[in-house]
Amino acid sequence: MNLLKYLLVGFLFGIVLTKTEAVSWYRIYEMFHFQSFHMYGIIGTAIATGLFGIQIIKRKKLKDIDGMPIEILDKEKGNARYWIGGILFGLGWALVGSCPGPIFILLGAGFYNVAFVLLGALFGTFLYGLFKDKLPH
Amino acid sequence: MELLSQTWHWSISGFLIGLVMLLLIYFGKTFGMSSNLRSLCAMTGIGKKIPFFDWDWKSQRWNMVVVVGAMLGGFVAVHFLHDISNVSLHPKTIEQLSLMGIDEPNGKLLPNSLFENSSPKMIIILIIGGILIGFGSRYAGGCTSGHAISGLSNLQIPSLKAVIGFFIGGLIMAHFLLPLLF
Repeated sequence: MNLLKYLLVGFLFGIVLTKTEAVSWYRIYEMFHFQSFHMYGIIGTAIATGLFGIQIIKRKKLKDIDGMPIEILDKEKGNARYWIGGILFGLGWALVGSCPGPIFILLGAGFYNVAFVLLGALFGTFLYGLFKDKLPH
Repeated sequence: MELLSQTWHWSISGFLIGLVMLLLIYFGKTFGMSSNLRSLCAMTGIGKKIPFFDWDWKSQRWNMVVVVGAMLGGFVAVHFLHDISNVSLHPKTIEQLSLMGIDEPNGKLLPNSLFENSSPKMIIILIIGGILIGFGSRYAGGCTSGHAISGLSNLQIPSLKAVIGFFIGGLIMAHFLLPLLF
């Protein structure tokens, strides 16, 4: 029962991303060619909604579902990891048109060749774990 | 029903994605999809050899449940809420794609030339794309959900750097490398 709420949130996420076509290779291509406002509208509205909600949470010091104060951790400071990691991620994103969420959503929807992308992504995560200490962060 | 099967407007879906993030915060968690890749690696027990994977993935089970829900959502959306009008692109985009030999959508989410194609070249492209996504998101500490949505809406400068990086990489790929590959 405790986990059911996560299943429902995930379900909503999967339907929304599919029906707004953010899981579509075409939409990512279009976004990087500035040929439609669609993806920018989605990301912008999501950030605006989040910004508004987080401000309310912080100002009213809201509690979470278990009655604990909500703490939103800051990201670690750094440069190389964000720039280099970000650029590598962007290259992959525009090549196969999906980021980690959509990889799973598309597999669930029955696009089985996306399994190759998932295999690659797991291997990429493994490589990061292997070389983490040798990389600039 | 027809309203649901059309392409959802960006303002509605953007709002709902923001809501998903806020709900996870309310549940005492954080919105981030790429951490699941680390959990899946850690599950194999590889943490005994590589310290990065020696973490308590069981505490991340909730996120795997989000993934299962998202997969079900994708299944329902594609099988029960599909419409031929989906993925309508600008004629210029379609023309540009056809020059690279990539088929137009006609309601499909993914081009057949990339995802219904079992040529070794295409499989290698999908695997390399995946490696870049997996390595890049872990190195940067997050992906579109963790940095672009969660990070930027919490005004995090590191997330802004990562998102600018996503766009630099994406623009290089879309404008210079894709035309060489196709």
